[in-house]
Amino acid sequence: MSVLVLAEHRNGELKKTTFEALTAGRSVADKLGTEVCALLLGDGVDSLASELGKYGADKVLVGNNSALQNYSTEGYAEAIQSVVSSQSATVILLSATALGKDLAPRLCAKIGAGLAADVTELDVADGKLVAKRPVYAGKSISKVEFNSDVQVASLRPNVFTAQENAKAGAVESVDVNPGDIKALVKDIVAAAGKKMDLSEANIVVSGGRGLKEAENFNIVENLAEVLGAAVGASRAVVDAGWRPHSEQVGQTGKTVSPTLYIAIAISGAIQHLAGMSSSKFIVAINKDADAPIFKVANYGIVGDAFEVVPTLTEELKKVLV
Amino acid sequence: MEIIVCVKHVPDTASRIKINSDGNGIDTSDISFVLNPYDEIAVEEALKLKEAQGGKVTVVTLGADNSVSSLRTALAMGADSAIHLKSDNWTGDSYATAKALADEIGKNSYDLVLFGKQAVDDDSSAVPQMVGEFLGVPSVSVVVGLEIDGSNGKAEREVEGGKEIVEFSLPAVISAQKGLNEPRYPNMRGIMQAKRKPVNTVEVGVADSKSTVSQMEMPPARSAGKIVADVSELIDCLKNEAKVI
Ligand SMILES: Cc1cc2nc3c(=O)[nH]c(=O)nc-3n(C[C@H](O)[C@H](O)[C@H](O)COP(=O)(O)OP(=O)(O)OC[C@H]3O[C@@H](n4cnc5c(N)ncnc54)[C@H](O)[C@@H]3O)c2cc1C
Ligand SMILES: Nc1ncnc2c1ncn2[C@@H]1O[C@H](COP(=O)(O)O)[C@@H](O)[C@H]1O
Repeated sequence: MSVLVLAEHRNGELKKTTFEALTAGRSVADKLGTEVCALLLGDGVDSLASELGKYGADKVLVGNNSALQNYSTEGYAEAIQSVVSSQSATVILLSATALGKDLAPRLCAKIGAGLAADVTELDVADGKLVAKRPVYAGKSISKVEFNSDVQVASLRPNVFTAQENAKAGAVESVDVNPGDIKALVKDIVAAAGKKMDLSEANIVVSGGRGLKEAENFNIVENLAEVLGAAVGASRAVVDAGWRPHSEQVGQTGKTVSPTLYIAIAISGAIQHLAGMSSSKFIVAINKDADAPIFKVANYGIVGDAFEVVPTLTEELKKVLV
Repeated sequence: MEIIVCVKHVPDTASRIKINSDGNGIDTSDISFVLNPYDEIAVEEALKLKEAQGGKVTVVTLGADNSVSSLRTALAMGADSAIHLKSDNWTGDSYATAKALADEIGKNSYDLVLFGKQAVDDDSSAVPQMVGEFLGVPSVSVVVGLEIDGSNGKAEREVEGGKEIVEFSLPAVISAQKGLNEPRYPNMRGIMQAKRKPVNTVEVGVADSKSTVSQMEMPPARSAGKIVADVSELIDCLKNEAKVI
């Protein structure tokens, strides 16, 4: 029995979500009385191994293979399957990132494991994982119990806290065979000018239809810049073509749980609220005092965004820069 | 090209969710159900491919009798035929659902199986990739661009901060993300024709689930906080009360 945590990396760096998953894995392993193995897959990724012990990995398995240089659903699932059996892993944790959300289900189907996707709470009962996860875009929460021997969960970014907890982190290399890959990543293109992804950002500043035209989003961008935040948008704005759909927050966009969410000129329709209500703190700026967004906001300013937001940006510059 | 599209009948996104009296599901009494928004995108993509390259589009759903209305919506958009995997009270998890869908799909000939990237009820984003594995074909999820050329395809898949360009061989499984296309609305003629298109009903067996939802609860209620007078009060609150900046 062991807890296996997939370490995710991009551009030669481990992702912050990996430390979150490792910390959660450590706590699950302690409750089960077993050890945590971190698994690094890629091509020449050995140098990343040492950091994983700091966040609670007893063992770090490194699987290098030239076919794993880029992520592939089939290759990763195949490689992990062999590690799961060699390590007798019973719990597998991933991050609910683009990679983790794609991979976890394929892996589960391969090894006959149950899946709890996009989990926000983890526990152990009767020697098995128990997970809570938002459904209906966060309008309710399900508790998931497993009846499979191997239990897999993908953890929502930004929800679990990463905590240093140094363990042995003994590095071992493992042979991985990615098998026959029929879908290959040929290229990765970065979105123009985008600094941070919504679902992983600690602060999100979103704008809505009240901004009246695409150009006016500069006040949202300037505020985001000062706060080191990602930019989000309501669907009205995305449908109008002012912002790309990758920035849409809500039931048919991204569900975000940042520490701070600032909604500017967004009314707070049920589908929008569904995607951001689990944020730790919500600030709403809207000229209509009756806008539903104020019902979920910790702090609200009733006023004209074109006056309030630039002032806020200037004042924050004094405090933060 | 033979295209199969899996569609789910889900609560309208405007629904308010209440927990049922057993505490392990939702109370569906006041809820109206629709074709899952992402599945509309999948159906649209199938129709566009058929219009460009010829072929046939079959839509499949697993659910109770009321889910046939989502099949009819897809038929009204232009799909050719439908399969209803009937289960009056399906409680299967993603694994069981994917297994049942894959078993049925496997009986048909297909070049492409399209899905929505996520069902807006369980939000798992899991069934497509599982079906890919069960069928032993490649899968590309969260796709915002798709080209099919003979027995090869190229998809753009949305990832953090950009896109992956994925090349794959057919047959394959694709899950559709918003941005792939703009789904059409069924017109009157489509709706009339849909009534005469074939819906083949197949009873499904027992769900082979690996997990169960043992309990449902409402998220912690958020209450309205305070309205602050101006920007300086807001900054003071964020700094000293919330301690987030
Ligand atoms: C199937 C479906 C799925 C959907 N999914 C989503 C989703 O994922 N995400 C989403 O966001 N929506 C979604 N919606 C749409 C949702 O119902 C709303 O239409 C949308 O969220 C409204 O966007 P908005 O708040 O920007 O615009 P509006 O509702 O038009 O609100 C604009 C707000 O700006 C305020 N305002 C105007 N001028 C100013 C000013 N100068 N200063 C300050 N405030 C000002 C107004 O008071 C108003 O409150 C979905 C709808 C459907 C049917
Ligand atoms: N019961 C079902 N019947 C048909 N298709 C389904 C069903 N459940 C899920 N799907 C498909 O799988 C996609 C992802 O669903 P999920 O993994 O539940 O988020 C959906 O958008 C549908 O295309």
